[in-house]
Amino acid sequence: MVFLFLYLPIVILIIFSFNSSKEQMNFAGFTFYWYKILFSDKEILGSVLNTLIVAVVSSSIATILGTFAIIGVQNLKKIPKKILINIANIPLINPEVITGVSLMLLFVFINQNFKILGQGLFTLILSHTTFCIPYVILSIAPKISELNPNVYSAALDLGASPAYSFLKVILKEILPGIITGFILAFTVSIDDFVISYFTGGSVQTLSVAIYSMSRKVVSPEINALSSVLFFLVFILLIIINLRENKKVFKTGEI
Amino acid sequence: MKKRIILTPYIVWCIVFIIVPMVLVLFFGLTDESGKFTTRNLCEVFLYPDVFLRSLWLGFKATAICLVVGYLSALIISRLNVKLQKILIILVMLPMWMNFLLKIYSLMFILQDNGFINGILSSFGFSKFNMMNTEGAVILGMVYNFLTYMILPIHSSLVEIDEKLLDAAKDLGANYFMTFVKVIFPLSIPGIVSGIAMVFIPSVSTFILSKMLGGRQNFLVGDIIDMHFLGGIYDPHIGSAISLVLMILLLICTGIINQLQNENKSKKGALVI
Repeated sequence: MVFLFLYLPIVILIIFSFNSSKEQMNFAGFTFYWYKILFSDKEILGSVLNTLIVAVVSSSIATILGTFAIIGVQNLKKIPKKILINIANIPLINPEVITGVSLMLLFVFINQNFKILGQGLFTLILSHTTFCIPYVILSIAPKISELNPNVYSAALDLGASPAYSFLKVILKEILPGIITGFILAFTVSIDDFVISYFTGGSVQTLSVAIYSMSRKVVSPEINALSSVLFFLVFILLIIINLRENKKVFKTGEI
Repeated sequence: MKKRIILTPYIVWCIVFIIVPMVLVLFFGLTDESGKFTTRNLCEVFLYPDVFLRSLWLGFKATAICLVVGYLSALIISRLNVKLQKILIILVMLPMWMNFLLKIYSLMFILQDNGFINGILSSFGFSKFNMMNTEGAVILGMVYNFLTYMILPIHSSLVEIDEKLLDAAKDLGANYFMTFVKVIFPLSIPGIVSGIAMVFIPSVSTFILSKMLGGRQNFLVGDIIDMHFLGGIYDPHIGSAISLVLMILLLICTGIINQLQNENKSKKGALVI
């Protein structure tokens, strides 16, 4: 029953994306017409490009900053560490609307007083990075706490330079966490609507484009778009799961 | 020494993009256009008591529905074999990665006056009935969007329960109902609490969803904030004041939820002793 509830709307949407009639409820015949329209829609394609640029750049910056942050945090004393971690989690706990609004205020404020940083791709990247960092930190944190500090000392004792032992010991151990964090940040960034809506100015990401589309006219083009996205996500999840299963299988063999 | 340096860029980032924006919200909320301190904005907020109450009330209803439906499904899933469980959990998670707006759009598609349900009804000769722009549609939208966040934590807390405890309860003569009341339910409370927090907060602060499914008469707090920033009335001062009040309200709510969790923990501690 629950699955019916969760999937029925999506399935209906997908079925009607093949509907040749523009009349919503009469299924007149099978067609790929709406997909053709979709893939020649400049506005949509442009917004996909924006989404990808923002997602790649901001999740990369977030991964680097987050990795440094979590390694650096380990050396702090207890109280500053706690304060910093709580501040880092603000974008996760705070309602998205408020994060979006506060960042918008920041950009408007800077723009009015210093005449720089008009809202656009750059502000989008800055704000996406901000809410992606907590996800990176969360995925690396368990790996860090599993680290055995003695191995790092052992590497130093055996004559490795600090930089070399950092690379070979610490970074190697937490690499899976870093990769998971990057993927997570990337997905969250692609999926985001609220924050892009407030900080993007006239630059549209895919979510914002969908919003303005669904406000104008109800067109089967949106149905086509959602089925394409649904299958992309579906394939992605299957790949991730297959990879995980393979890993379990491999380690099981050893 | 070196470790301090690598932390610096992140601290700077936090200050510029987390702390300063929050301070700006506070500042705008408490000043007027000329930058003077005023409580006028906060007073204006209280012109919208119905919107705040409606947000809390709808969020509460949606959370309650999610809790009942989510708990039942998590319970059923947790009793299946491991392989099937894994597949079902992936199926539960999959819609989470669907675009939020597309999910709302699919609901609109079904509920509209000339939408899917009315299409079926009229083909059987029933008259159409109106579902869009109602409170029910907004609640349905919230449940549809946030149900996953309820199922997942409850499921993981149910899976963690030691099978031996259930066997012990059985050996001691408890039937399934008693086992559920005395063993399973108390042990799943942490999952319930985080599920409630994860559904309630986004439900109360949601926007667009209410605008698209609920129409004008079902505006929520999020929609009013949106209205003061990107909507018809541009007034960041009042918008910030509303955001402030919303933030404080939600902080109180999470405080209460955490309190419940702590009480539960200390009770459990007492039991162990």
